Amino acid sequence: MNIEEEVQQELIKSFNFLDGKIRISRIRRIFFEMPVDKLEEVLEFLMDKIHFNILCTITGLDEGITIGILYHLTRKDGVIINLKISIPKDNPKIKTITNYFPGAEYYERELVDLLGAEVEGLPEGPRYPLPDGWPEGQYPLRKDWKSDMLGKESK
Amino acid sequence: MDRVVIPIGPQHPALKEPESFRVTLEGEKIKEVSLRLGYNHRGIEKACEARTYMQNIYLLERVCGICSHSHSTCYVQAVEDLAGVEVPKRALYIRTIVGELERLHSHLLWLGVAGHEIGFDTLFMYSWRDREIVMDLFAKITGNRVNYGINTIGGVRRDISKEDQKEILIAVDKLEERTKYYIKVATQEVTLIKRLSNVGKLSHADIESFGAVGPVARASGVDRDIRRDDPYAAYDEISFKVITDNNEDVYGRTLVRVGELMESYSIIRQAIKNMPDGPITVKVPRKIPEGESISRYEAPRGEDVHYVKSNGSDIPERVKLRAPTLANIKAVLKMLENYNLADLPIIVAAIDPCFSCTDRAISITKLDTGRSEIMDWKSLREYSIEWYKKRGIRF
Repeated sequence: MNIEEEVQQELIKSFNFLDGKIRISRIRRIFFEMPVDKLEEVLEFLMDKIHFNILCTITGLDEGITIGILYHLTRKDGVIINLKISIPKDNPKIKTITNYFPGAEYYERELVDLLGAEVEGLPEGPRYPLPDGWPEGQYPLRKDWKSDMLGKESK
Repeated sequence: MDRVVIPIGPQHPALKEPESFRVTLEGEKIKEVSLRLGYNHRGIEKACEARTYMQNIYLLERVCGICSHSHSTCYVQAVEDLAGVEVPKRALYIRTIVGELERLHSHLLWLGVAGHEIGFDTLFMYSWRDREIVMDLFAKITGNRVNYGINTIGGVRRDISKEDQKEILIAVDKLEERTKYYIKVATQEVTLIKRLSNVGKLSHADIESFGAVGPVARASGVDRDIRRDDPYAAYDEISFKVITDNNEDVYGRTLVRVGELMESYSIIRQAIKNMPDGPITVKVPRKIPEGESISRYEAPRGEDVHYVKSNGSDIPERVKLRAPTLANIKAVLKMLENYNLADLPIIVAAIDPCFSCTDRAISITKLDTGRSEIMDWKSLREYSIEWYKKRGIRF
């Protein structure tokens, strides 16, 4: 059994809802989707038990009626786990992971500015990356946003 | 003691993300630094969703003028993974050679900038002159000094001829000689060692918790390098050392970078020697099958991450990228705490190898009187050099 399969087995053993959900796309690449409410439990397991304690980045996706959030976690041997959760677009709430990864702050601010996610527990601070005068309710990485919407609002 | 707040920026063209530092001082000591990023956000990720996979190579190559090859390689690797194509060996070797040449000019540029910020301008002149050797090579083998345009989906666009290989090897010999001299300077020149040691210290534990990357992390003893840990291009067929250091300060970051130069020479020589003959590109369909892929690349400044999601058309559904500077931001803020204002230029420069000469305004506001004065980066640098001259550090 190779390392990716070992990680897969470990995960399924601890979280049976992941059975059949874990995809190994190539060497060192693992993808899976999971329910939002189990996120903290899975993160803690990944960090403490199987040493995935480096956060590469967080990706946000506009998927129509939901927003997908991918956490890209890695460890020393180069295996990346791409863990995905989905939240409804009309109530896009997630909990911050800065308590686990202080470096996640700017990645989460991107989700707030570009996709309109609401991150509970994110420390106060300047917004990133959009300018202060950016019109409220416009989230440029949502698929329905077009750059000409900005011109109409700001002029 | 009066507390003074100094905003630095927002225009900070050296960083991929220009930023505005707000520095709170107690006397000379930096007590707190806060940061406003995003002044140069160009919406490249959104723009990628309106262009074809091929057009995006050229767009992403322009994310950064120094490590342009890093971004384009990181992106094409993700697309090639989605398309399921096998890139010819020779193309992988050419990508490796161009990538290492890029590391050479980036680290040489950084060395000069670091020298300049501390008033050691001889070092700046020397290393920038040497950097020209690499830039001329790029012009010869790719046609461009920056944004080489060497990558394409499925391989590379230009071969490196026998004659070019010879020129690369001659240049590498010359640069290696020069780098040996820089290593001698870095390890024997007392003034330099005194000026850089114990400045901008950040412990191994802090680096790990902030997720810092690249030479900044390796200078605090973090043994991590994507070229070895998650090999791409031809790195799995080349032997090299990952340079680490335990000084945890600006001096350590200098030693790591000059050490990496020496490794790059060896990588380039091995790549040229072992480069197989054969095609340099394979044909890849315009439409990329549905899927998602994540790709990593060890850029001169640290790990680049690109995530690409495809929807079956010739235009990507989503392209996400994370440049190394963003991963290092939390670490820099911590590094600056409790150091002198005079250390700010070199601490900031030590994470950022492409500090350009463009001026940036710094306004100093005295909190008690509300009086403010404007200082540009040049004056801050001069202030820093004078401050240390009074304390016996003179180049």
